[in-house]
Amino acid sequence: MSETPQTPALPGQADKSGSGGYITTKIEELVNWGRRNALWPMPFGTACCAIEMMATLSSRYDLARFGAEVIRFSPRQSDLMIVSGRISIKMMPVLIEIYNQMPEPKWCISMGACASSGGVFDTYTLIQGVDQFIPVDVYIPGCPPRPESLIDAVMLIRERIKRGERQTKLYDRTKHPLDFQPVNLVSDAVAGAPQLTGTRLSLPGKDAAQNG
Amino acid sequence: MALDFKELEKKLRETFGASVLDWTEFRGQPCLHVKRESIVKVLTFLRDDAKFEMFTDLTCVDTLRLPDEMQPKYAERFTVVYHITSLEHGARLRIKTYVPEDPAEVDTVSSVYLGANWAEREAFDMFGVNFKGHRDLRRILMPENYEGHPLRKDYPLKGRGERDNFPKYTEIPEA
Repeated sequence: MSETPQTPALPGQADKSGSGGYITTKIEELVNWGRRNALWPMPFGTACCAIEMMATLSSRYDLARFGAEVIRFSPRQSDLMIVSGRISIKMMPVLIEIYNQMPEPKWCISMGACASSGGVFDTYTLIQGVDQFIPVDVYIPGCPPRPESLIDAVMLIRERIKRGERQTKLYDRTKHPLDFQPVNLVSDAVAGAPQLTGTRLSLPGKDAAQNG
Repeated sequence: MALDFKELEKKLRETFGASVLDWTEFRGQPCLHVKRESIVKVLTFLRDDAKFEMFTDLTCVDTLRLPDEMQPKYAERFTVVYHITSLEHGARLRIKTYVPEDPAEVDTVSSVYLGANWAEREAFDMFGVNFKGHRDLRRILMPENYEGHPLRKDYPLKGRGERDNFPKYTEIPEA
């Protein structure tokens, strides 16, 4: 009987004995491989974008294919913040608090027009883009975006992790600007006294009638 | 048992006299206009004697920029609107009262209908109408440190800089 054929040697294995079966890599790349295949999202859904996010997570679009199906409602166990929906100035401290509670490293998707820019709600109460307060990795346009867009954003996040990019920053908890402290949100210059002038604001037709 | 609104109007006018400003009807929906000083008495009467036992809603209208022909007849700047329901008669009634700009004050009806509590807080938050005698007149929608009453017609839609003047978020420099 002839000798049992040897398994072809792997690169770098030529002078080693044994049956082989190891590869060499950098520990960071191995860790990043794990990270990008097990993204656990923290859903910060406040509006209709959250409905699309649910659709993305459920069976038809199935975000589980990319290891990102484990929605964690505890920020302590998640590493991908998905801000889906409009954020009011009353909600912003909550968002920052939750973001700060997520362990490093962490990534953030700003989903939809409202989270990215305030959208059509150019009003007194709405944050005009969450990126004023927390670092955002990927913005998704749309109102609301289709599930494919969210999947694309997760793909981009995976690319970032693969390249070892990180945008997370540490923030000073003690100097938190939006804590519920008795601070005036309006600067003194614009606040002024309540506008109780006692006179009705004039209308063009009305003024003409009074003067004529 | 349907409620006879003609009878009710007659009874209200008899009981409250000049406090009842008007009684109108729009598309079959009756509306009672009363002076703001007697709103508590009128609502107590309607609850106890006319069996309007359920408080549906309270809201406020700022008529600041309405053209003249659309102004309510008894116009002050604010109109506070109460909606009440009678489960016994299967009837609904709308009550309007008129509140001037300064002082924008009206007596609370949360002592008559408990359900008015949060509705009055909302009207206070959005319009700055002060409900005298309310036990807990705090903001309910806007942040506690918010200034101004955003649904007033002279309040700019984009606000007075509330969302732009945040102090900047402080980054911790990496060690």
